[in-house]
Amino acid sequence: MMPTFFPLASLAPELLIALAALGLLLLGAWRGERAAWIVAEAAIAALGIAAVMLVMRKGGVGARTFFHGAFVDDAFARFMQALSLVGGAVSLLLSFDWMRRRGIGAFEYPVLVLLATLGMMVLAAAGDLIALYVGLELMSLALYVAAAFDRDDGRATEAGLKYFMLGALSSGMLLYGASLIYGFAGSTAFDDIARAAQGHVSLGLAFGVAFLLAGLAFKISAAPFHMWTPDVYEGAPTPVTAFFASAPKMAAMAALVRVTTTAFPGAAADWRQIVVFVSILSMAIGGFGALGQRNFKRLMAYSSIGHMGFALVGLAAGSQAGVQGVLVYMAIYLAMTLGTFAAILLMRRGGAYVESIDDLAGLSKTDPATATFLTLLMFSLAGVPPLAGFFAKYYVFTAAIQAGLFSLATVGVLLSVVSAVYYLRIVKLMWFDEPKAAFDAGARAPRWTLALATAVVGLFFLLPAPLVDAALAAARALLPA
Amino acid sequence: MVGLGQYLVVGAILFTLGVAGIVLNRKNVIVILMSVELILLAVNVNLVAFSTFSGDLTGQVFALFVLTVAAAEAAIGLAILVTHFRVKGSIEVEDLNAMKG
Repeated sequence: MMPTFFPLASLAPELLIALAALGLLLLGAWRGERAAWIVAEAAIAALGIAAVMLVMRKGGVGARTFFHGAFVDDAFARFMQALSLVGGAVSLLLSFDWMRRRGIGAFEYPVLVLLATLGMMVLAAAGDLIALYVGLELMSLALYVAAAFDRDDGRATEAGLKYFMLGALSSGMLLYGASLIYGFAGSTAFDDIARAAQGHVSLGLAFGVAFLLAGLAFKISAAPFHMWTPDVYEGAPTPVTAFFASAPKMAAMAALVRVTTTAFPGAAADWRQIVVFVSILSMAIGGFGALGQRNFKRLMAYSSIGHMGFALVGLAAGSQAGVQGVLVYMAIYLAMTLGTFAAILLMRRGGAYVESIDDLAGLSKTDPATATFLTLLMFSLAGVPPLAGFFAKYYVFTAAIQAGLFSLATVGVLLSVVSAVYYLRIVKLMWFDEPKAAFDAGARAPRWTLALATAVVGLFFLLPAPLVDAALAAARALLPA
Repeated sequence: MVGLGQYLVVGAILFTLGVAGIVLNRKNVIVILMSVELILLAVNVNLVAFSTFSGDLTGQVFALFVLTVAAAEAAIGLAILVTHFRVKGSIEVEDLNAMKG
């Protein structure tokens, strides 16, 4: 084990976020609502600087562990932490205009985003069940409050309450699983658990793994633990939903991948069945559940359930290529989902935000640019080549076929056709239906986010190397084979 | 002599009661908060029993973390509940129906 001599410099991004959260909370408490915009801008700056620090640190050092293995600093952690930071920063940027119009000049929201992001960074780097739990709770507790942030709106408080109840239940299941794993493996550190879980897996350990996976599946909103997703996505304020749909999924998926591949490589046969089951069910519920939805946010909730199912196909493969596929999938999903939520934030008519997909009718005539961008994003979500969404699916399905999971890959491809139906329906609404009144002029942040996300998604095939190589390096950190 | 098995059975019963309290409860949100506490305490029983019988302190440290986080979780749950009550004037589970789901 590495000595823990002064790890502070190596933990600079995490410390920066923690200190920024505390400092900005203090500033907000002292200056009140006058400080709201300074706090928000400083929070974005902190997230951006931390992301740059992470990317700069990449390549310089190999894997290192701190605090007796509780915190792992490797390429995998850095990759997922960077994705979480991008998700946090962009969704915070998207919230400015919304908060201003709703008249919520509260400094607490940026602080909550910072704290949640800190939790995600710990979660993605956790090498120990205790660190995993603390990171997960730091993330979740901040998210519960963020969901109910628009506290005079009954739907938002209801979303917060539902998210809290089911989130607490899932944390409890994860914890119960952790206690069983600790008891039957004799340690909370992932590498010690891996040593204890080789060969024969005792019944207690198998139960522990099942509970732990159930708790993590809840956090990435994979079926059958997806019940909260549609209601919370619909009820929470739209910028908060954008945050929910992006950053926490990155961190929870990171924890899921790290636990399965580093703590239970010897029990692969056990967790693989669970992952395959969860994956197929998520793809099916994501595909069929969205068909009848008219609310765009609710539809995106089902879309996210489906996409988590597709990403899990890569994990089910359990190989280095599979993990690489999951990472590429998550990065591309991040760009697609942030772009789509930026478009939802542009849907404003007569000063009020609208959320129904019927409001998009004829958008190509009233706002051709937004319609074109959103069309490309929908095609990408559906997996149409040559857009990025196609390559995301290509990587995970290739890995599944290499691992001999032919039936899983076949089912996945068929279900992706089902999900294409509702994405294409939105495209049809925008281009072929009678136009409604034009949307109000949009703010700059959502417009730029939409354009940038579309550019990333649309031009990915020209320059895939940086992302694919980074994902490969990250996957290699977990599975050297 | 009470063995490890007995403690684990108590833990499992408490956990099941907690989960049943959340899943079956159709009445009051406060009961759900109590059930969450029950689940977390079931976990603590497990952790401390494992820790004692294996002679390894990590489990007890874990239990202290769980206690701390449980306090924060209860505070946040009650805060959200109060906010919801202010807007809706009810904490019945049946009234959580503004969105169909």
